[in-house]
Order: sequence, then structure tokens, then C-alpha cells
Amino acid sequence: MEINGIAAIGAGLSAIGAGIGIGMIGGKALEAMARQPEHSGMIQTNMFIAAALVEGVALFGVVVALMQG
Amino acid sequence: MKKSISKLIFSLLLIFVSTINIFAENPTSKEEGFNPTPQILHHIADSYEWHLWGEGDQSVSIPLPVILYTEGNLDIFMSSEFHHGNSNVIKGDRVYKIDHHHIVEENNKEFINISITKNVASMILAVLILFFILRKTAISYKNKKEAPKGIQSFLEPLILFVRDDIIKSNIGPKYEKFTMFLMTVFFFILINNLLGLTPGAANVTGNISVTFVLSILTFIIITISANKGYWKHIVKPPGTPLPLLPIMIPIEIFGVFTKPFALMIRLFANITAGHIIIFSLISLIFVASNNGENVVAGWAVAPLSVMFVLFIFLIEILVAFLQAYIFTLLSAVFIGLAVKEEDH
Repeated sequence: MEINGIAAIGAGLSAIGAGIGIGMIGGKALEAMARQPEHSGMIQTNMFIAAALVEGVALFGVVVALMQG
Repeated sequence: MKKSISKLIFSLLLIFVSTINIFAENPTSKEEGFNPTPQILHHIADSYEWHLWGEGDQSVSIPLPVILYTEGNLDIFMSSEFHHGNSNVIKGDRVYKIDHHHIVEENNKEFINISITKNVASMILAVLILFFILRKTAISYKNKKEAPKGIQSFLEPLILFVRDDIIKSNIGPKYEKFTMFLMTVFFFILINNLLGLTPGAANVTGNISVTFVLSILTFIIITISANKGYWKHIVKPPGTPLPLLPIMIPIEIFGVFTKPFALMIRLFANITAGHIIIFSLISLIFVASNNGENVVAGWAVAPLSVMFVLFIFLIEILVAFLQAYIFTLLSAVFIGLAVKEEDH
């Protein structure tokens, strides 16, 4: 079933997933930093780790879309 | 005075942009607009010559050596002998042809292709830059008589950050064995990401072969230095009830391979996607002006496009540092998991 542009829709959907995931991670990290400013460094480090893992999964979708379209 | 001038410019730009509809539409024939995809893909891919500027006949590019090993014969020649795919290169009894950026041998002979392509040349350049910068830092670090200045004052905090926050805190007491590899990975990825953003650069870390090799090296180091506790945890993760074991074991074994795989895909996709976004936003100018026909619309879209590209460039510089940091961090975390001493 060849629909033009469906690869782009797939990439867009995975971008939605990445946006929601990383947005939630960032929001929770900011809340935690506001509650305990003395631990900001550790919270920031862990935020980056979690954000990279979520983004990695979303980029799987982008790579599959690039290969198809 | 200032406000009315900016209003005037803005309204002029708006009028110019509207000319896109007036000129570009041709009611008698259905013609497509300018398709930027082949150009974008050409800029991201590897190639046998370093193309600087120009188009077609007037293109200015540096030819790079092509090194092929066919059945015991080492053929070395410059890629300019291909004449952009128009002529075959004959060396002895071997006839080479370039076909869609791949070199094929006419008589279907198997050959090993170890050419210096654009990515290889860019990697050599990056390694030379790194070598000289880091050597200078190391020499000025050895002469501890005075306060650090120059390149040392810029790099030493970065090196200490990588060693303390990434390597030492994730691997623990045995971190010194792995410092060499992780530092090299960090600076290699960083310098190649940053070089890839310069004009006319090669897309090194956006090449999946390069990131594949980096993640394979991480995988090899994890496997070699893993202690018995690591393998025991894969076969029997601590704290799982017995009925769950048949599910957990395949997942854990799968996980051994997906973690380096994700490292590879993450770096490749982030850098390539960034480059594609920058090229696409610049191509907005060419799409609006229909590849040079509608000059007025091109000039109107240009300020908008350049502003977007500037914004994306700043994000890409952040992404360059972030991806180098994340790759090194996750490698350190995986190595730390492998060498962790259990205190049950």
C-alpha cells in the first residue's frame, strides 16, 4: 500500500511521543529542583540521561521513516 | 521614525512574498516546483570528492584518492578520473565505473574499497586538530609554574568535568582503566559534531558506519571487562520471582545488544536530523524562488529563512555538546554496570 507521505506522518507521530516524554521529564525535573535547590546538579544529570533515552526511542521512529520515505 | 521604517520594510516583504503566486503558477502545464530532496541528501551523504561550491560544469571540488584492492592488485587513483561518472577508469584488466555514488567493477570482480572519501578526510582533519590542541594543553599542564592560560584554561575544566562527573562517578573505584577510551570518544564525537556544522563540511558523526564502530567499541569494552556479577545479573536479575524468569532472561539478553544499538542510532539520528533541518530551511529560499526564476520571492523569504537557520544552528551547537556528553555518559554507565562490585 503506497501512500505518498505516510513516512512523514510516521516521523511526526514519533516526534509527538518525544515531545510529550521529554516535556514530562523536564517538568518533573524543574519541580524537583524547585523543591530542593541544593540537589540541582544531580537532578539535572539524571534528567539528561532520561531525556536521551526517550529521545533515542523516538529517533528509532525517525530512522525507520527516513528509510521508507 | 524607526517604527515606521520597520513597518514599511515589513509590508514590502509581505508584498514581495505574495509574488510567489503571481509568477510561479503556469496554468497550461502542470509543473512541479523545485524539489530540494536530492540536493539535501547529496550534502549529507559521503562522496569520493570534496565538493566546495558550484553546480554541474562549474563545480569546484577537491578530488580525493580512490584506493581499491582487487584480486591482489592495489589500484590508487584520484576520483577526478571518473569525471563525475562520465568515464570508466581502466587499470590493467580492471574497469571501474561509478554508479549512483558506488564504485562497481565491470567484470563483477570483488574488491575491497579503502578509499579516502570525504568522511575519512574529515576524520583525519578532526584527529589532527584534536591532537595539536590536546598536546598543547598537556604540555602547558606539565609546566605547572604559572596559572593556566590560553587553550589550557578552556580545555582543562572540560577534561576534568568528563573525568569527574562522567567517568569517576559512574564507574566507581576502577575508573582509571577506562579513562583513555571514554575521553577519546567524548572529544572525537564533540569535534566531529562541531566540524560538521561548518560550511562545506562532511557529515561524519551522521554517518551510521562511524557511530556503528563507536558503539561496537563500547560493546567490546563492556564485554571484555564485565565481571561474573554482570553475567549473573543477566541470567538471573536479582529480586525476580521464579515464574518471571523465562520472560526476563530473553529480555536481558536482548538488552545486552540493544543498549549499544541505541547509542549508535541516537547519535546518528540526532546529528543527521539536525543537518537535514538546516538544509531544508535554507532550501526554503530555493523552493520559494523556484530555483532562481522568481528572484523577488527568493529575496523576501531569505531573511525569514536565515533567522530560522540561525536559531536552529544555536540548538545544533547545544546538540553537538549534548550528544557527545550523552554518548560518553551512557557508555560510562554501562561500563559501570559491568564492573560493579556486588556487596550483597
